[in-house]
Amino acid sequence: MRRLYAILIAAGFVYMMLSFLGVVPGYGNIDLCSRVSSSFLLKDVSEQNAKNWLMAKGLETKSIEKVYGEKNKEDGCANVVTSIVVNYRSFDTLGEVTVLFTAALGVGLILGGTRRKKYGLLPNFVFRESTRILVPLIILFGAYIFVHGHLTPGGGFPGGTIIAAAALLLYLADEEFFLSKVSTGALEGSMGGLYVIAGLLGLAIGGYFLYNFLPTGRVGNLISSGIVPIVYTFIGLKVGAELSGLITDLHSEEG
Amino acid sequence: MVYWISIILMGIGIYGLLTQKNLFKQLISLAIIDTAVNVFIIAAGYVEGGKAPIYTKALPSFLKGAFVDPLPQALVLTAIVIGVGVLALGAALLVRVKEKHKNLDVENMKGVGE
Repeated sequence: MRRLYAILIAAGFVYMMLSFLGVVPGYGNIDLCSRVSSSFLLKDVSEQNAKNWLMAKGLETKSIEKVYGEKNKEDGCANVVTSIVVNYRSFDTLGEVTVLFTAALGVGLILGGTRRKKYGLLPNFVFRESTRILVPLIILFGAYIFVHGHLTPGGGFPGGTIIAAAALLLYLADEEFFLSKVSTGALEGSMGGLYVIAGLLGLAIGGYFLYNFLPTGRVGNLISSGIVPIVYTFIGLKVGAELSGLITDLHSEEG
Repeated sequence: MVYWISIILMGIGIYGLLTQKNLFKQLISLAIIDTAVNVFIIAAGYVEGGKAPIYTKALPSFLKGAFVDPLPQALVLTAIVIGVGVLALGAALLVRVKEKHKNLDVENMKGVGE
């Protein structure tokens, strides 16, 4: 009987959502030029040039100026998603990092212990030895991901997660391995503090919180887009330390 | 089509939340709903034939229909991180529940409702 009611409720929800599908434009059929995203893509958020808007709406798309390789395009990020996450909506990202911090803090409070939990399993020899080779490479790859966050797909959050994967590999390969909570906590706290300090510097120099006060350079260069790669490095190290601490909490017990 | 798949996934998640008695399965149902909503939001920003919104040598300027919408992707990036936080906190709570009540099944827990 309960399953019947559950099916009815779920089907009602699905029906309600499907009836909303008439309102949203069809899949793959949207007109980007009529959305706000076009001004993010044109790097035209603070000026909202009427000329650019008209050009984007009209057919003269060929005459729109190049973005790649040019200078002074607001933040100078080649990756527009990073541009939104770390430049235009950076305050939101600060809140997001705080949410992740609170979750890690909660896990630490619930599961926290001071001793490594032993599972009594001896890992395979090949696994143990190959971990020693793999861990530096994984950490290097994570660092590559978050340093190139403004040029390629990825950024601080995926890069930090990859670094935490290296920590997880170490935990699985060695029964004795235990990351000290002081180190992950110190890295996490200092990186969060540096993020806020970067924001306050922007407040002092440019007049609003997290203002992009460094020169932006040419779009597509590694040294470009002002504080975006710096902030993404902070975020990457913070997320990596946070998730490593979370894995430490999951593998520890009291005693 | 992707809209349909994501909405049906949401329905599956709600069904799982309503029927499953195992708390871990309920947590997995929440994760399924989370993923389904993310897929829906990403699908709402898809442009037919569009590439990832990154300026490269091959795509140096904004052309109509060349890029997908970057804004939903940026919002879903936030949502994924918060989903990870929820999942980790829920799993940690479940570890403690299992230690205290010996069971994750809501009806068979020891020391509850007796």
